[in-house]
Amino acid sequence: MGRTYHIIKYLCLLVWTAFVVFPFLWALSTSFKDANAVTSGARYLPWVEFEPSVQGWTSLFASGSQGINIVTPFLNSASVTLLASIVSLGLGTLAAYGLSRYSYKVGFVKNSDITFFFISQRIMPPIVLAIPFFLMLKEIQALDTIFGLVIVYVALLLPIAVWVMTDFFASIPKELDEMAMIDGCTPIGAFFRVVLPNSTAGLVVAGMFCLIFGWNDFFFAFILTFTETQLLPVAIVSLNSSVTPWWSLSAFALISVTPLALIAIVVERFMSRGSLAGAFR
Amino acid sequence: MLKPKHFFLLPALLTLAAIILFPLVFTVRVSFSSWDVYQAGLDFIGGRNYARLFEDTRFWESLLRLSGMSLITVTLQYVLGFALALAVWKKMRGGRIFRVLFLVPMMTTPVVMSVIWRTVFHESLGPANDLLSMVGIGPVPWLSSAAGAFISVVIVEVWQWTPFMFLLLLAGLVSLPREPYLAAAIDGASPARTFWQVTFPLMAPISIGAIIIRLIEASKIMDTVYVMTSGGPGTATETPSYYIYIRGLRDFQVGYSAALSLAYLVLMIITLTIIAKVLMRFLVGKET
Repeated sequence: MGRTYHIIKYLCLLVWTAFVVFPFLWALSTSFKDANAVTSGARYLPWVEFEPSVQGWTSLFASGSQGINIVTPFLNSASVTLLASIVSLGLGTLAAYGLSRYSYKVGFVKNSDITFFFISQRIMPPIVLAIPFFLMLKEIQALDTIFGLVIVYVALLLPIAVWVMTDFFASIPKELDEMAMIDGCTPIGAFFRVVLPNSTAGLVVAGMFCLIFGWNDFFFAFILTFTETQLLPVAIVSLNSSVTPWWSLSAFALISVTPLALIAIVVERFMSRGSLAGAFR
Repeated sequence: MLKPKHFFLLPALLTLAAIILFPLVFTVRVSFSSWDVYQAGLDFIGGRNYARLFEDTRFWESLLRLSGMSLITVTLQYVLGFALALAVWKKMRGGRIFRVLFLVPMMTTPVVMSVIWRTVFHESLGPANDLLSMVGIGPVPWLSSAAGAFISVVIVEVWQWTPFMFLLLLAGLVSLPREPYLAAAIDGASPARTFWQVTFPLMAPISIGAIIIRLIEASKIMDTVYVMTSGGPGTATETPSYYIYIRGLRDFQVGYSAALSLAYLVLMIITLTIIAKVLMRFLVGKET
């Protein structure tokens, strides 16, 4: 039974792998096509089935009227995601540490309620907040700016950081901070000098999730920006609804998903080591 | 001087409250107004928006559709994700490559991949129908028929988010204790029996967590629908988020869309709480 089972298992894994990589390979192939190769039905292999052309890729960096600018949206996306992730990770880590080490009580509100308040923000459908966010950013003149988006994204990412880090700190023994305080550290000093340096695994996991959800958000960027501060997902959707050819669209899509796809390698390492388990218990 | 315990918690708490509370309170207030494209303003019309909502079959249909869609996609994601996690759990040749590849879709931007999927499902120029025609099926009207559009969205959702189930479930499998497996091996239990008697019960808590998280995310689905089908054809793939978007930001019925979105939020919280409770009792076999 062992041999047949192994063959079937590998076959199933290969089928799923084909499904997973198919859209990427299709996009890669399409990005090297020209009008002829696209409109004559589905073609897959360059050189064999069609003559490859690089215009899909060059058009993204060309200046002038037929050029599509990918550099600005890319930099915008990178700045918004990084800034919001850093702020969320910083604030979230502090809050998670507080929640795991002290007990808070205001009326009937206790630690678990505060944690729930943070995490429950993930339940909120973006559409509920869209219009008020719009009016709020308009009021402080932050519509269509990086600053405005960072504010909104912090609300989106902070719950993730608090969620991952609360579970992480629960797995770090309290004796660690107590030792540091016996050695003369203040509570805040103990946190920064002893606990934080031992939290790299948790910080990396939380940081990666912030990056993923920040980089991949579309809806808020779509509602709260117009032309000045376009992010990648918004840029590609507006290209999609105009007459942009498939080859440019495919090249654009590949450039915008590649940076994060590479994160999968890091995530896999943490997952296999068991470092993620604490975060999801 | 700020006490340490406040130094840790307050910055995050105040930041989040400052960003979230105004929009939430504002939405509640607006839902009692007649704010629309002709007249922006916070008048008070009582519960008229809510009364209208009860008659709005398009809204209730979208909720029903969303329930079906989430149920189908999350079930598929869970079964497939669990199967994949079990397949690559033990050390095996090429395991690492499979694991990395299986994670990739969840790292990619849903709208960007939807743009690609649209070309895949293109009826005459896309590869989906081309490949199916090789085995004698088709052409399938992927995005132009109600059933086809629904199935396309389900396929893309399964592609995008099975990796998330896979990630959580594999992380859970990796951290399982060894003793129960030794005991099962000593008893000579078959692999199937070991799975149902040992692995599945041990994985129940993490399974519930993973399913609930996915249900929450699935209930907000909008990006994929917006790009792939725009809710169409007709309203065949319209989800509540997308319908509220149309009412609020296309028709500018701000007051009414606020009422819709609050109703949607409340219904979601109630449904998800019930599902969580039922799952707990069903999988763990005890009250929480």
